[in-house]
Amino acid sequence: MTMNTPRTMYEKLWQSHLIEEKAGETPLLYVDRHLIHEVTSPQAFANLRFHNRPVRHPERTIATMDHNISTRSIKIDAAGEGAANQLRALEKNCKDFGIKLFGMGHKNQGIAHVMGPELGLTLPGTIIVCGDSHTATHGAFGSIAFGIGTSEVEHVFATQTLRQTKAKTMKIEVKGQVGKGISAKDIILAIIGKTGSAGATGYVVEYCGEAIEALSMEERMTVCNMSIEFGAKAGLVAPDQTTFDYVEGKEYAPKGKDFQQAVADWKKLKSDDDAVFDSVLTLEAKDIKAQVTWGTNPGQVISIDGSVPSPEDFSDPIEKESCISALAYMDLVAGTKITDINVNKVFIGSCTNSRIEDLRAAASVVKNYTAKGQSVQDSVDAIIVPGSYRVKAQAESEGLDKIFSDAGFEWRLPGCSMCLGMNDDVLEEGDRCASTSNRNFEGRQGRGSRTHLVSPEMAAAAAITGHFVDLNK
Amino acid sequence: MEKFTTHTGLVVPLDIANVDTDQIIPKQFLQKTERVGFGVHLFHDSRYLDHSGKEPNPEFILNKPEYKTASILLARENFGCGSSREHAPWALEEYGFKVIIAPSFADIFYGNCINIGLLPIILSEDEIEQLFNQADNANLTLTVNLANNTVSYGDVSFTFELGKFQKYCLEEGVDSVGWTLNKLDKIKAFEANMPAWQ
Repeated sequence: MTMNTPRTMYEKLWQSHLIEEKAGETPLLYVDRHLIHEVTSPQAFANLRFHNRPVRHPERTIATMDHNISTRSIKIDAAGEGAANQLRALEKNCKDFGIKLFGMGHKNQGIAHVMGPELGLTLPGTIIVCGDSHTATHGAFGSIAFGIGTSEVEHVFATQTLRQTKAKTMKIEVKGQVGKGISAKDIILAIIGKTGSAGATGYVVEYCGEAIEALSMEERMTVCNMSIEFGAKAGLVAPDQTTFDYVEGKEYAPKGKDFQQAVADWKKLKSDDDAVFDSVLTLEAKDIKAQVTWGTNPGQVISIDGSVPSPEDFSDPIEKESCISALAYMDLVAGTKITDINVNKVFIGSCTNSRIEDLRAAASVVKNYTAKGQSVQDSVDAIIVPGSYRVKAQAESEGLDKIFSDAGFEWRLPGCSMCLGMNDDVLEEGDRCASTSNRNFEGRQGRGSRTHLVSPEMAAAAAITGHFVDLNK
Repeated sequence: MEKFTTHTGLVVPLDIANVDTDQIIPKQFLQKTERVGFGVHLFHDSRYLDHSGKEPNPEFILNKPEYKTASILLARENFGCGSSREHAPWALEEYGFKVIIAPSFADIFYGNCINIGLLPIILSEDEIEQLFNQADNANLTLTVNLANNTVSYGDVSFTFELGKFQKYCLEEGVDSVGWTLNKLDKIKAFEANMPAWQ
């Protein structure tokens, strides 16, 4: 490839981070930012100690507590012994290795993928990694961001680099404008519905088109967050004025002349006009309706005006088989209208949908119902878990917590919470949950529990009506 | 990391597509600061009838007596999708698996396996189908030869692909961190040229 060959954004980012590419070795890339949490880091620190190795750039790593903390108390012991051990280990490891930690109740604490962007730790034109697959979120800024295993966490600690095989590139263009009330969550679920849950395995996806450009940074994060849910290594959105305006002034973002230089560099990142992608998918934004998953992987999704599919609707034998087992696990009958599915639990939160705009969107739906005298159904338990202490403070300053509490929702402390249920926010066997999280896998939110992935607006409406609702009707 | 040269072992066929890492090792077993203690919880929700893991589910294939000694897992497409938890390959390895064979793997899971010396092998759908047919009655023993990139039984032999460096690391049991630390000069030179904002 010569310098004049048109390049995709991924290729530009890749080349600008390539330290060494040598025959017989996997390419070595520089890592700008490393986010860590209590669950996937302890064994990496243990190996550093075993080999007597330091963290090479402790200032490039930032730690938070998010995965298994309580959402009812800021006490470390509140989430049980196993969790407390991991949280204390993180405190000690960060102290011993000189890493900044935003621990329990700190004003900067939050889910890693909510905290990074809001503090300006997430920047365009960088490589960002974390021992968590939803690291793809940060790709919304035009950075290569992906989840890594604990061996790789150790590799980044010790070297500030990673070895990576170059991925293929996929362009997903969403043309035109979405209809009224269609959220970023609906866009990404509709995309996954098209590709299937492994449709982008081996690829880095770039989202583009008018409907993507129109999204706020928080909405772009929701889209990129779920890139892993159809197998993509990472998701990207080209940085533009929306991105620069969001980053400017954030606590850890570059300032003054450095910021001006950064923006000049970031403007060069977007894919060249003639860049060639290995694969291209196009959607018409106007065709996207509110989405609800009916099965046990995020690709098993359908529009709100649809019905639960039948195994006969699938020609591929594996998809047919997956449908049969999903219907059995989800206790759903083919042909049931989506709006006739009742839920008894609602979770609004997670790194997908726990930012201030998500909470505003949910609150506005709630307000419409409370104006008509309606509140959360007696048969439904609904919790709202803000993504960070900053989101929580902002929501409270706008009175959103009161709108939720008055309508019968529980307003909790920040954390990953029921998205994966490592703390005590778990579903019981047989529970059916409208969840704004990212995975509807069997047992994900609790053994034998059933998850329907939806937008914050849909989750709020489900809490109040007890079932899924077409809010455009 | 132990060196991988060849392995011969009994195959257990897990005939389910899209097996995610939550199924391989559910979240409640991730609350450890050590690297051991995961194998007993492998496939917990399918493998045990009760929450505490005391009552094995006789219907689950890993619990069938004839597959007890299996060390090669035969799986379907998109194996290991979902979370990046390395605890999933740790659990598979600690249970006794040395090799996992599937038509496709999720990217992060695939890399995590290589990094701990558990060999993920991708074969074509047809070859996988042939192995599933053979493995039905616990009578399929496979030999994996890493030097030749082959999987074989009887007269049948399939070839698989593996990155050169990944193969080298597996064969030599390379400490990948140590390997990269030998390149510190190159990394420092790269850092010296980075823009101030970065």
